Amino acid sequence: MRTPSRSTSATSTTATGATATAPTSMREAFGETMSELLDEDLSTVLVLADISRQYFRQAEAEHPERVINVGIREQLLVNVGAGLALSGLRPVVHTFSTFLVERAFEQIKLGFGHQDVGGVLVSVGGSYDVSSGGRTHQGPGDVALVDTLPDFDIHVPGHPVEARRLLRDAVAGDGRVYLRLTEDSNAQARPTGSMSVERRGARGSVIAVGPTLDSVLTATEGLDVTVLYASTIRPFDAATLTRTLGFADVILVEPYAVGTSAWHVSQALRHVPHRLLSLGVPRAELRSYGSPRDHQRAHDLDAAGLRRSITDFLDADTAAR
Amino acid sequence: MSSPTDSLTADQTHRRTPPLSFEDLPGLMSLQTGDEKHGPAATSTLDVLWVLYDEILDVSAAALDDPARDRFYLSKGHGPMAYYAVLAAKGFFPVDWLAGFGGAHSRLGHHPDRNLVPGVEISSGSLGHGFPLAVGTALGLRAQGVDSRVVCLVGDAELDEGSNAEAMTVAGSFDLSNLTVVVVDNRSSSHGWRGGVGAHFAVEGWIVQRVDGRDHQALAVAMRRTAATVPTLVVAEVEDQS
Repeated sequence: MRTPSRSTSATSTTATGATATAPTSMREAFGETMSELLDEDLSTVLVLADISRQYFRQAEAEHPERVINVGIREQLLVNVGAGLALSGLRPVVHTFSTFLVERAFEQIKLGFGHQDVGGVLVSVGGSYDVSSGGRTHQGPGDVALVDTLPDFDIHVPGHPVEARRLLRDAVAGDGRVYLRLTEDSNAQARPTGSMSVERRGARGSVIAVGPTLDSVLTATEGLDVTVLYASTIRPFDAATLTRTLGFADVILVEPYAVGTSAWHVSQALRHVPHRLLSLGVPRAELRSYGSPRDHQRAHDLDAAGLRRSITDFLDADTAAR
Repeated sequence: MSSPTDSLTADQTHRRTPPLSFEDLPGLMSLQTGDEKHGPAATSTLDVLWVLYDEILDVSAAALDDPARDRFYLSKGHGPMAYYAVLAAKGFFPVDWLAGFGGAHSRLGHHPDRNLVPGVEISSGSLGHGFPLAVGTALGLRAQGVDSRVVCLVGDAELDEGSNAEAMTVAGSFDLSNLTVVVVDNRSSSHGWRGGVGAHFAVEGWIVQRVDGRDHQALAVAMRRTAATVPTLVVAEVEDQS
């Protein structure tokens, strides 16, 4: 992979101190931090397809050649990003998860993967942020799709502060990164990087990915389980899982297609007899509108639903023995 | 225009040292076997490719990583035998690589891979990717103040892919004067292009030139011509695919 020469500033604040106040949403964090990165680093270039343009009016005026809006053209969006990478720049490519990953999947596979160039793909919308918009605006399969490609880091931040940090790190690197931003988030930010240990217990381990953490913590209140938190899901942190594993019952909670990371858990525990419960968004299409909370409830991904699934799973094992 | 009839035999070509001439290309192509399906496509591009590497592009085997080199993107990636022959003739890789074309131990596949072949700027084969990549690279070079050209070769049937329409419109809108697209037109598009391929680009603000795709002098003149503020299209007309 070509490493572009660039002048990365070591500071994480702008002259105006824009990072002093915490952003209220991941998308806002993206708007602020991306604008800072465009100011700081001449090799950074942002490609848009009309979505989120409102966050970059000033950046577009200040850096007209490094903020490129291609209009409603997602195939071009991704391949323009890859073409920019071929020219030696560090592209950040952004739109809704559905259009970025699903509509333009072959462009990601060939433009970035097969060419073997680096870039940062940033999506908003997640699985069902736009639940009232129906299936056309829901992308629960995005992480699973990107996971079919080699050498992609995948970040699923659970808080705007995490999103900001992960974006900065991603742009400073030279690899391929998928950064999945959602409206849903946890009350507090956690450290990014390897999985953090939120709670220790003996009866099993629950892996909470990104914005599922607060619901998982509520759902496992009083249960004797370890709770791990991951805002980076690729590479999968098998080391923390195995190091903290007590009884080999694992519950994986992902805010996108159910089982997306199950194969990594299986791989990590291939020499250990274990049980695995995967929770996430089912394949079946939920033909109802409503709020993201309604969808969480329908998929048993709210705290009450998670608790039911988790206790059923743990109790079933106890009964079997 | 040179005639390929007095070409060297494959065996003679094999022993020659680059740089070679246009007359050597048929011999270099015959070293490659096993891609019968793409035979006509390969020869349709031969003259355009030769003129590009012989007269137009500022790129050489000695300066493969020069950020200021001209870029050539073979968008369609089909029938790469002519491409490989030209690159070998210009010394980008050894002529003896050609004989292994498509084999398990060859770097030369039926669609080219930039990570395997020196001088190949993009990996292509799936239609409709190279032109959008070229738009991105042209934008990137401009943003960096690099004064080099991006030349992209597409087929008239490749333009069926809708991704090219996205690229065509935006390149016109962004005034990408450092971008030249060459359409090798053998009228193989199933539904054709009403008014000719060029008319569609002209509407989007491109300079459009139509030339005989076998006439080296005409090709060179057309591909040398660029405009200050708009992208350039060269329609290189060759025999109908039959």
